[in-house]
Amino acid sequence: MTKATLKVTIDRGPNDQGAQTVFDVPAYDNQTVLDVVSWVQQNSDPTLSYRFACRVGMCGSCAMMVNGVPRWTCRTHISKVLDGNEVMIGPLRNLPVIKDLAVDMDPFFDKWVAAEGVHHGAATRNDPIAEIDVNTPSRVEANLGIECINCSVCYAACDTVAANPDYLGPAALLRAWTLLNDAKDEGRAKIMEAVSTKGGCHNCHSIGSCTAYCPNNLDPMSAIAGLKRETAKSFFKWGR
Amino acid sequence: MLNLRLYMLQRITALLMAPLVLGHLAVMIYAIQGGLSAAQILGRTQGSVLWFLFYGIFVVAVAIHGAIGLRAIVYEWAGLKGAALDVFMWVSGICLFALGARAVWAVTFA
Repeated sequence: MTKATLKVTIDRGPNDQGAQTVFDVPAYDNQTVLDVVSWVQQNSDPTLSYRFACRVGMCGSCAMMVNGVPRWTCRTHISKVLDGNEVMIGPLRNLPVIKDLAVDMDPFFDKWVAAEGVHHGAATRNDPIAEIDVNTPSRVEANLGIECINCSVCYAACDTVAANPDYLGPAALLRAWTLLNDAKDEGRAKIMEAVSTKGGCHNCHSIGSCTAYCPNNLDPMSAIAGLKRETAKSFFKWGR
Repeated sequence: MLNLRLYMLQRITALLMAPLVLGHLAVMIYAIQGGLSAAQILGRTQGSVLWFLFYGIFVVAVAIHGAIGLRAIVYEWAGLKGAALDVFMWVSGICLFALGARAVWAVTFA
């Protein structure tokens, strides 16, 4: 279904007063959205800013809005998203734009830390390595969330994040839930506290865009539901 | 904007309201079947501890549940923040309670 030329509209972000530039890009077989953006930068407009690294869906750098939908552009074939022979590419939603297609990921990672998405270890290098039974229910639950690549697609897809700047967002809460279920993590009390604050899991409206758009088919919405359940149980235990 | 305490209060009041709403609807449908007058209805509710508790609990649950829900809506849709958001929640809750409590009192012990 190769068409000779693609009409690519790129959103240049707030620095250019929301200007959009239209490029004609030659179509190739097996062309990804990232290939299209790279072609524009290399052949048409060297001032175009965007971010990528691995090109194989591991690093989580290249997410953008494609026809209004957040996607990992290195693993998205342009043929799957074309509207006729046209496509609209913009910077990720819900994050400040630095320039063109590059967004500032700081708020996303700051919230990751605010949700206690860090390792809380108690063992030292002198302790033996803890044996983990991979079949325990908590390990199975933790395994469901460990393939997150921090691409921020779920964060861009989330309407609660859009309306509620305090909200920690799906990725950070999925990480918190994963650590809560990790037998090697000793931060249970800290995590429970962090996800129960004013920006915590209780602000989620279960709209489900995170789960619908996650490129790795993870399920942050169910993880957040798990956090709601655990915190609700602790509410009665501690009488908080 | 919603912490664990507000979340739990809203869920617990929702649990309380579920049977109360069903009871309220059932009573309304039942009461008008035979064409009851206002005086006949008042005759049943006045001095009744049962109806006072039924609608009294209902009003308290509605005031708490509704105020927290309105808080979420005005925060996300109107951008109200900080102390103004708390004031809005409390005023909404107190108004809802006052409106409901006045009616419950009027048909039971006034």
